[in-house]
Amino acid sequence: MAELVEFLAKSLVDHPDQVDVRAVEGNEGITIELRVASDDMGKVIGKQGRIARAIRTVVKAAAVRENKKVAVEIV
Amino acid sequence: MKSVITTGKTVEDAVLAAAIQLAVQRDKLDIEVLEEPVKGLFGVFGSKDARIRASVIRTPKDIAREFLTELLAKMSLEAELDIKETEDRISIYVTGPKMGVLIGHRGETLDAVQYLTSLVVNRNTDQYKRVTIDTENYRKKREETLVKLAKRLSHKVQKTKRKIVLEPMNPFERRVIHSTLQKDPYVSTHSEGEDPYRKVVITLK
Repeated sequence: MAELVEFLAKSLVDHPDQVDVRAVEGNEGITIELRVASDDMGKVIGKQGRIARAIRTVVKAAAVRENKKVAVEIV
Repeated sequence: MKSVITTGKTVEDAVLAAAIQLAVQRDKLDIEVLEEPVKGLFGVFGSKDARIRASVIRTPKDIAREFLTELLAKMSLEAELDIKETEDRISIYVTGPKMGVLIGHRGETLDAVQYLTSLVVNRNTDQYKRVTIDTENYRKKREETLVKLAKRLSHKVQKTKRKIVLEPMNPFERRVIHSTLQKDPYVSTHSEGEDPYRKVVITLK
């Protein structure tokens, strides 16, 4: 799932080399932490969080297939 | 992006070498000259070859195909893509098993995938291409459902003389409702709220 987030982020930003993705397992499921260069933040969040929402929707769809609960956080 | 670094006595030689290596026509290459050639003394001593980086220019269609192929693979979805490109539009039709996953609840996932693909395709270009993705004829069927819904609700508003607020819809879906009831003599429509919760409201005229 982290791989999916990394791929999406790298496809959208100007500095793919500065994309950092970490998966943290918790009681509630997996949290995927996404970090990008500060001037790329807008590229993964979008106006009113539209891009972030689309990323989460896609990840959620993929996670359901694997019966996992996944949250994506942009930090 | 597929690219190679080549050398040659002249830039032109290096470009030709790159075209052969990448097996494409030379006008499909984007060339960056890394080092200009230097003619040495008597053309021998101290001469240096030209060095270039040649990258295959990708069309919006190539970019869409590469992005979606990898995205669907990472979602563990087997799929085949049929992509059509016109001057201002890219239409993608996806076929495969388990397309229900790609569509998602009320087309939510399909819209997200379409939006992300559109962002990737229109990155670094000045010519905007509208990207649409469909599978299992979902968009057409959804449109038919919405047309029926709009007509049914129009009758309900006429009968009860009370307005009806629909559930949140994306711009495409709202447009279907508006245009279906545009010429309706008894009701009018407008939208309220902010995306993604913007809703169509049907009121009595």
